[in-house]
Amino acid sequence: MKADPKGVLTGEHYLDGDHACAEGALAAGCRFFAGYPITPSTEVAERYVSRIPMVGGIFIQMEDELASMAALVGAAWGGKKSMTVTSGPGFSLMMENIGLAAMMETPCVVVNVQRGGPSTGLPTMVGQQDMMQARWGSHGDYQIIALSPASPQEAFDYTIKCFNLAEKYRVPVLFMMDECVGHMTEKVVIPKPDEIEITPRRLTKLAPEKYLPYKTNGDLVPEMIVAGTGYKIHSTGLTHDERGYPVMSPGTQDQLVKRLCDKIKLNADDIIEIEEDQTEGAEVIVMAYGITSRVTLPAVFKARKKGIKVGYIKMITAWPFPEKRVRELAKKVKAFVMPEINLGQMVLEVERCAAGQAKTYHVPHAGGWVHDPEDIYQVIEEAVK
Amino acid sequence: MFDYDKYLRLNKLPLIWCAGCGDGIVLKSMLRAIDRIGLSKDEICMVSGIGCSSRLTGYVDFNTLHTTHGRAIAFATGVKMVKPEMTVIVVTGDGDATAIGGNHYIHAARRNIDITVILFNNNIYGMTGGQLSPTTPFGFKASTAPFGSVENTFNISGLAEAAGASFVGRGTVYDAIKLDRMIEKAIRKKGFSVVEVMTPCPTAFGRRNRLGSGADMIKQLKEDSVSIEKASSMTAEELNGKVVTGIFVDKELPEYTANYQKLIEQLQGR
Ligand code: SF4
Repeated sequence: MKADPKGVLTGEHYLDGDHACAEGALAAGCRFFAGYPITPSTEVAERYVSRIPMVGGIFIQMEDELASMAALVGAAWGGKKSMTVTSGPGFSLMMENIGLAAMMETPCVVVNVQRGGPSTGLPTMVGQQDMMQARWGSHGDYQIIALSPASPQEAFDYTIKCFNLAEKYRVPVLFMMDECVGHMTEKVVIPKPDEIEITPRRLTKLAPEKYLPYKTNGDLVPEMIVAGTGYKIHSTGLTHDERGYPVMSPGTQDQLVKRLCDKIKLNADDIIEIEEDQTEGAEVIVMAYGITSRVTLPAVFKARKKGIKVGYIKMITAWPFPEKRVRELAKKVKAFVMPEINLGQMVLEVERCAAGQAKTYHVPHAGGWVHDPEDIYQVIEEAVK
Repeated sequence: MFDYDKYLRLNKLPLIWCAGCGDGIVLKSMLRAIDRIGLSKDEICMVSGIGCSSRLTGYVDFNTLHTTHGRAIAFATGVKMVKPEMTVIVVTGDGDATAIGGNHYIHAARRNIDITVILFNNNIYGMTGGQLSPTTPFGFKASTAPFGSVENTFNISGLAEAAGASFVGRGTVYDAIKLDRMIEKAIRKKGFSVVEVMTPCPTAFGRRNRLGSGADMIKQLKEDSVSIEKASSMTAEELNGKVVTGIFVDKELPEYTANYQKLIEQLQGR
């Protein structure tokens, strides 16, 4: 399906990542936004609310992030593509209902413009410290999708991808921006509506009496309905059977939770997007995401000039982690280097997947600013030894 | 005989509620009210939180969402915003709506969004085994107040009134016929409406406080009930321990989704 022209601001723009994200959402067909102000993400909401009445949709400022996340799940069941935007402290509050959205299999998008933490931390300064919370933040076992953009253009493009993945897999998708990308202004090209591919909601074609809300058809993702269209279903956060009815039994739990995880795990190849450069024949591979994937480039170029065979991977998808590719490469390279603006989060995944076949080096940063590329270069030099 | 079956998911029965629980009386009253209004089942979206009363959404054949503790009103806000033509009803309890969900409760009232809240007030957390709630009366026992509560209580209806709701009423399961009418008015009202229903929890509240069976507790509710009219001529001392019942607020106020729609139409130059 192509994008609804009403939301698409075709042309060349000069936008920061936050504004580009709002435009991406509008282009993707997002017509409901519930939010609560928090730096450095509020500009997404401000841009959206100034545009949405004309496009034909709704913005509501809720009383807190718990309510925002709840309202957007409600709106999704009312048939709208929905989003919210926040930063660290609000992200923590949203975890409760992100879990519910995962359990009810509600498509929605949560944007986190990351700042330095813990707690109030550095409200106006960059961090990449919520990456593990994105994966594990809500209680219980579930799988989630998380993407990370490295520029305003990517903020636009990958916001659309977030919405598409949310619909395809009926899962909350987390857009893990960072303050630098959120606040950096660059050229953003918004294509024509008919050049933007949109995944529509997977609505059932079955008659109400034949439809079971959590019955799947071979591909692990059940078809959805819109409230008020004759289906009268029950959706609950309790463990439920195919009818959506609560069933408190280990058997039902096993079936349901495994499917919630499998629908992401087994489709990892379809979901994951990474960019690779000179990874074949590399001795060392530098992996990074978000703003750090850009800050890393001067270090990579310098190392190559010095004759080190350095491969480079930019992770657009953080979760599910590109496990298969890292396992393959681990057999061929000496080491992985991962700079990130935290004291060691995604690097734990690299290390797990390298599984002792290649060494793993972390280049930490506690937040507040990006790495000095020289610090990354030093680690590349050490890793190749 | 009223045909309850047509509104129930019969394959979901039996109910989980204890014998003597008042929640079933509220369920039936609500169904009679819905029937009198003549709403079709598909027009209704019913949202609940967590607790004994919140399990109600599993049994009724509407569009139902059983959500997280305290958040039902926030979910319902999302539904109502994108489906303003639907009748959105929230089923919740005293702990769900005024402890963990207190913030959502007052803010929805402040916005005056067209949602009807049926609030089952049994003065206790029943499902988790009888812990202190914001409406457990002073001196009464709970599993987390084994020596009697030393906290003041919320006036749930007063809270909604102060926050700006269009319709606020309090009824009891003893007076089920009056309750039918009150729920009917609340659902018909365009705006945020609250019906606070006093209902006994013999299992988790009654037993610990030696209040007898469910039937005994309902009789006691009858004894303790005082209509608004009668209450107006009683002193604060006389009203101590009484349950004032009736409609506290019934006003026509600008409603949130309608205001929002107006704004959209204005901006789109219609
Ligand atoms: S615990 Fe109390 S409120 Fe819950 S079902 Fe039993 S009697 Fe009713």
